Amino acid sequence: MKNTLRQVFHSPKFVGGFVIFVAILLLMIIYPLINPGDPLEMIGINTFAKPGTYVSLYDATKAKYEPMRLTDAEDKRLDAYLSAEDRVAMVEWFGLAGIDISNLDIEDTDALMDLWNDNYDPAFKIKGMTKAKVNYFRRLNNSIQQLQSADVIVLADTNEETGELEETGQVNKNDYVNVNSVVNVKFLPLGTDNFGRDVLKELVSAIGTSMLIGLLAGSVATLIGLTLGLLSGYVGGVVDDIIMFITNVFTVIPSFVLLILITYSISQDQRGAAVVGGVIGLTSWTWTTRSVRSQVISLRNRDHVNLSKLSGHSLVRIVLTDILPYIASYVVMAFILQVSSGILAEAQLSMLGLGPKMTEVPTLGLMMNWAMLYSAHTNGSWWAYFPVILTIALISFSLNLMNTGLDQVFNPTLRD
Amino acid sequence: MGKVMLEVRNLKTKYITRFHEDVYAVDGVSFSIEEGKSLGIAGESGCGKSTLALSMMGYYFPPLHYMSGDIIIDGTNISGMKPDDVRKSILGSEIAYIPQAAMNALNPTQKIIRFMEDVVHAHDPKKDKKSIREMAESRFAELGLPPSVLDKHAVELSGGMKQRTVIAVSTILNPKVLIADEPSSALDVTSQKMVIKMMRELMEKGYIKSMLFITHELPLLYNVTDDIMVMYAGQIVEKGSAKEMVFDPVHPYSHGLMNSILVPEEGTRGNKLTAIPGTPPNLKRPPDGCRFAERCKYATADCRYTNIPEKTFDNKRMYRCLMGVDELKEVYGRE
Amino acid sequence: MAVSEKAMEHKDFTNKPLCLSGRGVTKVFGMGDKKTVAVDHVDFDFHEGEFVSIVGESGSGKTTLSKMLLGLSNATEGEILFQGKPRDISNGKKKKEYWKGIQAIFQDPFSSFNTFHKIDSVLLDCINMRGGKNLSKEEKTAMMTEACSFVNLKFAELTNKYPFELSGGQMQRLMIARIFLMKPKILLADEPTSMVDACSRATILDMLLNLRDEIGMTVIFITHDIGLAYYISDTVYIMEHGKFVEYGKADEVILEPKAAYTKRLISDVPKIHEEWDLSTVDLLTEAE
Repeated sequence: MKNTLRQVFHSPKFVGGFVIFVAILLLMIIYPLINPGDPLEMIGINTFAKPGTYVSLYDATKAKYEPMRLTDAEDKRLDAYLSAEDRVAMVEWFGLAGIDISNLDIEDTDALMDLWNDNYDPAFKIKGMTKAKVNYFRRLNNSIQQLQSADVIVLADTNEETGELEETGQVNKNDYVNVNSVVNVKFLPLGTDNFGRDVLKELVSAIGTSMLIGLLAGSVATLIGLTLGLLSGYVGGVVDDIIMFITNVFTVIPSFVLLILITYSISQDQRGAAVVGGVIGLTSWTWTTRSVRSQVISLRNRDHVNLSKLSGHSLVRIVLTDILPYIASYVVMAFILQVSSGILAEAQLSMLGLGPKMTEVPTLGLMMNWAMLYSAHTNGSWWAYFPVILTIALISFSLNLMNTGLDQVFNPTLRD
Repeated sequence: MGKVMLEVRNLKTKYITRFHEDVYAVDGVSFSIEEGKSLGIAGESGCGKSTLALSMMGYYFPPLHYMSGDIIIDGTNISGMKPDDVRKSILGSEIAYIPQAAMNALNPTQKIIRFMEDVVHAHDPKKDKKSIREMAESRFAELGLPPSVLDKHAVELSGGMKQRTVIAVSTILNPKVLIADEPSSALDVTSQKMVIKMMRELMEKGYIKSMLFITHELPLLYNVTDDIMVMYAGQIVEKGSAKEMVFDPVHPYSHGLMNSILVPEEGTRGNKLTAIPGTPPNLKRPPDGCRFAERCKYATADCRYTNIPEKTFDNKRMYRCLMGVDELKEVYGRE
Repeated sequence: MAVSEKAMEHKDFTNKPLCLSGRGVTKVFGMGDKKTVAVDHVDFDFHEGEFVSIVGESGSGKTTLSKMLLGLSNATEGEILFQGKPRDISNGKKKKEYWKGIQAIFQDPFSSFNTFHKIDSVLLDCINMRGGKNLSKEEKTAMMTEACSFVNLKFAELTNKYPFELSGGQMQRLMIARIFLMKPKILLADEPTSMVDACSRATILDMLLNLRDEIGMTVIFITHDIGLAYYISDTVYIMEHGKFVEYGKADEVILEPKAAYTKRLISDVPKIHEEWDLSTVDLLTEAE
């Protein structure tokens, strides 16, 4: 046993898969401790807030200002506020005014501004330009000048008695606020989804639920498959014929279609995560049965089984002590694969809208379903679905990697 | 004295296990076979006889690794050659190797003639199929194999026929050395006899120049080969002619081995079988002195720590023991 | 005691009481066109204390017969008599009772043990089956130690060890120790030495003979090696294609064979004193 474990942890594939899987599990366990609360709480009023740190604007104005003389602040501001349309319009004016712009880089804010400040003259007449166009360039110039001029933002409050606005303070262009002194700051590493929920929190909770579904599906499938396989393989005869008939019937029906039909027939409010997991397990036991059966048949004729019979051991004891330990490694591998395919099956079902009910817990499949329904993929809200896809892929990949590693240890013909 | 066909000088090879431990399976083996002669290797399972056969081909793949020594086939040293060169120019044409499971190595989807073509084409790609067929048919006829076998698939043949077919295919290029590792152990006695008869015909007709035959069945070895070597824990402990080895073994281990022979012949029912207690040493850490000392009735403290040299006596007989020949014969006689 | 002194005695067993006999025992596999008759109406009488060898090549049906004798598979036809009475193994309880009377040693020691169980448990099972369930721990240990010393193994060194830590020869000896504890009326040994090295073979044969004398049981020794059968047994049965073609005292069958098959078998085995005549086989006429 110890030696087997040593061999298992010598397999780079198994260790690789194990590390990824444990990392996901740790995230699942630790993150809710740091960031407790209901994963389905709708914190955002609007949908699909981008990932990032959100600072309360109100609290920021109340915080202590620290004036700073930062030389590049002005340039940065111009750079950020000068929109792409403004730049194009400026270049258009240069072109009409006949100014040489062959060396001008439209992204180079400094050069653009220099050229504009040097050359723009509202009085300059360009032949054939309409009045509206002339006014447009004038307005553009005004807004550019405004950006450059040292302005303040006035904070005002309504006086309750007079109903007039009264100035309560000013925010200077060179006023700064320490983020730490702002009372309300919200860090959303993966933004919010269509309901305004914290995606990361939801994802972590969904990993847990999906793992639970996978585990349940894997356990149900392995338990049924193992029991039927052991019975069919060891007892043989009529029992074998009956079990193999049922197994063959289930094998030829596409299990996913069966899964859809069963889940469809259960109403939405009865479809909890556990029910879905159980149903997935009920439709995916067939190949475990077949492979366990063939392994048992080859073990049944081994001498140690015969010897155990001769020692007067009962059928149950022989199956449990002389056969089960020999196929245990195989069953563990089958179980790992079943868990992995259970998680995938849940995702597929939920994408079709047949997953667990949506009000209780998030699952990986449900998150994908929501992202799809609210067209996250077309409006560029990648954070609502990409991390989910990545997580499903990583879980599946790590489980399969572990399985391959185990296979190499337990199946000597695959050893290198 | 005939021309030396195969000479092995102080060959050492090892296995490297999954846990990076070295197992010294062949540890300083030297011998030679002359043209027209056959040599047998006897020994318990795990003594290194099969490893020796594998090592002799000069074609190493993990976990087997070459350490030192020379393998000289008809004057050509192949131990330093690149694996690809060995495969192209030595295997098949200079050395043919037949393992115990050879008969299961035939691809069931191909006809036997295809294997013939493969072997010939590996060394002479230009040879046309018609002449290969003629060559194969005449060889089959000479070796007493029905030529109809050439157009059959492996599954249509019995075990003995498959094994004989494999031998015929692998010796089609007239190799100088045939290495046969338990070629008949999985067969019934009658099929075994046929395999042996065919191998003997190959030798008599000169298609193979020399043969190395490995088996744990001593009566078979006695009937097949001219000389016998006994191997124990990676080393040769005794070598001599088949008759001398079976009826007059010198080394305590070969003495025990030869006294465990059972044949259905009058008088053997009364013979006392020798039992050797214990198990062979672990070749990961071979003992300093005599490797058989732990199990030897006659071992002294010296045996355990002295490096035992190979001694020769009586015109080319060799053994590896501290005791003298007369001394050993005397203790055997007393029992 | 050396093997030779025992094996040389030519006792006559025909007057001894019958231990296991068969009348028209047949085993058929498959049905219709695919039917194979593995064992074809064989009759046999094994007496108390007799060392019987059943010699046959692969496919002769000797292993199928041994499974039927052990009660691990049912005969298609015919009757097996245990101690003169028809054998009844119709239910688990009766089977268990029968297995107190017949035990086996199998060919491959490496697959004869459950590798997940310690060696002690194999021996403890035997004590329990012989009704020693309520014995004290010390008594059980004493019994196991005695059984192990019978086969030259030290029980103290074996406790808490797993079977794969032993060599093939040691495992097979442990199997004999198991029989020593079981004390059956019949021991069926299915090629017990074919996977064991020549040097350990003598030890195991020696122990089998000693055990036969110790508990007075019948030994049914199944082998393909006619030299081995000749060496060790009182009576030899030669089996070909599911039938006994010849049987009788070892000396008579081996030295003066009457059946053509026996003659061929003996002539095809390589020997060391007589010439091994290769001309008896014709390479072209091998059955395909």
